[in-house]
Amino acid sequence: MTILGPILIAALFIVPTYLSMQGLETQQIVVSEKGNFFSEKLEDNELVQFSKIPEMEIERLKKNFGSSPYYALLIISDSNSQNRFTIYSAQHISLSVKNNIESQISKINERKKLEEADIDIEILNSLFSEIEIMSVIIDEQGDESKGSSEMSSAIGFITAFLIYLFIFMYGSMVMRGVIEEKTSRIVEVIISSVRPFQLMMGKIVGVALVGLTQFVLWILLTYSIASLFEVVFMNSNNQSEIITGILSSVGQINLSSIVISFLFYFIGGYLLYSSLFAAIGSAVDTESDTQQFVLPITIPLILSLVMIEPIMNNPDGTLAIWLSIIPFSSPIIMMVRLPFGGVENWEIIISATVLICTFLSTTYIASKIYRVGILMYGKKSSFKELIKWISYKD
Amino acid sequence: MENHILKANKIVKQYGDYFALNNVDLSIPRGSVFGLLGPNGAGKTTLMRIINQIIAADSGEVLFNGSPLNRKHISQIGYLPEERGLYKKMKVGEQSLYLAQLKGMNRFEATNKLKYWFEKLEIQSWWNKRIEELSKGMAQKVQFAVTVIHNPDLLIFDEPFSGFDPVNTALIRNEILKLKKQGTSIIFSTHRMESVEEICDEISLINNGETLLQGEIINIKNNFRNNIFSIEMKTEIDNLSEKFTILNKKENILEIKIQEGSNSKELINELLQKSDIISFNEKIPSLEDIFIKTVSGE
Repeated sequence: MTILGPILIAALFIVPTYLSMQGLETQQIVVSEKGNFFSEKLEDNELVQFSKIPEMEIERLKKNFGSSPYYALLIISDSNSQNRFTIYSAQHISLSVKNNIESQISKINERKKLEEADIDIEILNSLFSEIEIMSVIIDEQGDESKGSSEMSSAIGFITAFLIYLFIFMYGSMVMRGVIEEKTSRIVEVIISSVRPFQLMMGKIVGVALVGLTQFVLWILLTYSIASLFEVVFMNSNNQSEIITGILSSVGQINLSSIVISFLFYFIGGYLLYSSLFAAIGSAVDTESDTQQFVLPITIPLILSLVMIEPIMNNPDGTLAIWLSIIPFSSPIIMMVRLPFGGVENWEIIISATVLICTFLSTTYIASKIYRVGILMYGKKSSFKELIKWISYKD
Repeated sequence: MENHILKANKIVKQYGDYFALNNVDLSIPRGSVFGLLGPNGAGKTTLMRIINQIIAADSGEVLFNGSPLNRKHISQIGYLPEERGLYKKMKVGEQSLYLAQLKGMNRFEATNKLKYWFEKLEIQSWWNKRIEELSKGMAQKVQFAVTVIHNPDLLIFDEPFSGFDPVNTALIRNEILKLKKQGTSIIFSTHRMESVEEICDEISLINNGETLLQGEIINIKNNFRNNIFSIEMKTEIDNLSEKFTILNKKENILEIKIQEGSNSKELINELLQKSDIISFNEKIPSLEDIFIKTVSGE
């Protein structure tokens, strides 16, 4: 699955694009118009090719349309105030053809009206140029550097989402591993050689390493397949177009600190949640029993995901500050905030400290539950029951 | 050198109001095969888990080789739990190596030892198969090998014969006896009384968390002797003197109880006067009878 995953995802994008490019067929559109106003301005392109027929032949064509070489018949009726356009075809014409013709006709119409209103096309074009606001960030020293809200949002979103995904996927993997050891009964054999705590931590760390390896492979593979595709199919000579494009707009955002924070919150968030997942796994006998426990534990995680967008709109507000300190949401929310540059040092320190203390505590509590749960079978547990286990003598 | 490899004194283990173990004592002489008997739920598994440091006793102490139980002893003890299992998707060889290494062996030693044991148990061709491909009996043989491979001084088996067919049961039983000859001390719990009588030196019978019987099998059986004899005569015998009570009679075969004051010699003499004796045996109660009697009698 590690190798297959990126291939499948890349294929999901590549194949439809490729197929659609191959499937382009130029359709023959025959036009009938009294006069030449539109028909002489309609341009052939990849999608459509226009030809004209005299008016008297229309009826005959309509009767035998199916056997004609044409895809569709466009009749432009004679009316200067309200030109009417009708397309006749044997089957429904494709959207792309329809849009193509419509936009061509709209443009022709627009220009005609502008000319009638005596407006120069050139002046018109200059009016509609796109304006882009250049953003510049002034830091403490008064230095200026290029900013980019788009980039900040993108980085914030991607890193936060990756953390969410990782915690969920690999946390569940830990839980499933614990359950498997319980059901296959091997846990008692292992526990006669190692302490429950060692087994639990071994599993958490082991799954993390598997996850990291998978992730890195995924990213590498997806990137190489995408660049390969770019080179082969889109005739792009510069393989690293994507990277250079990204790097230039990153500018002010301090990439190295983002990467370090990412790693820290990645690991911290994972440790916190995976220990809880391990405890849940130890308390049940089958995966279906885990639902009652997993839901409350993962609500903060899901909520954080939902909050990403509002936080992006107000990265330094009160809500954002609180959520980036509470350890159950901080791995995600702090990563959303960081690229915007508004996070104070004390906020990071507090957030990091709280996260570390919390995951140490959850690991401790989880291990107490784990060592009782792994040998307990058949008991339908509830949260209350689990709490009792914490105080069982070791 | 301490002549008991394991001593458990006044072990108590409570779960709420329920006493899994209530002041249980255990003394395992070095180099013996010790049977831990008892009905289901008696507390045997709890006791074994305490000895293996999987759970801790609420009070009491366990001494291994004279010193209190600590983590270093783990590599000197081998444990085969009753509910035994292995990772289904892992290969046999790889998994056995892993478990052996957990017990402190290095890879090289472990590989050699494993190959040796696999051959002994006739499962060497299964090295590269996944556990889920093995039959139950095969998997249990693998587990047995893994349990004994690190040459522990003390082996603890919880129901080692459950799930084995008679051939494999005999195989395991012989291996246990061979291990005993090499000086390993062995504790095992079972319901199969025939196995116990064949290979155990001492037993302990536990029920409801309490020790009901303990000691050498011979002594225990002696305590339960009640002077009943099973005799086959050449011809039918109808009655005997008052000293002997006929409990059961089926043609030539009699079950006779010798009353207080008399002995088997007198019985034989009286019988010989009446007919020829084909066979004469004391009916010493089997462990099974003793087990049932003790457990239900309380």
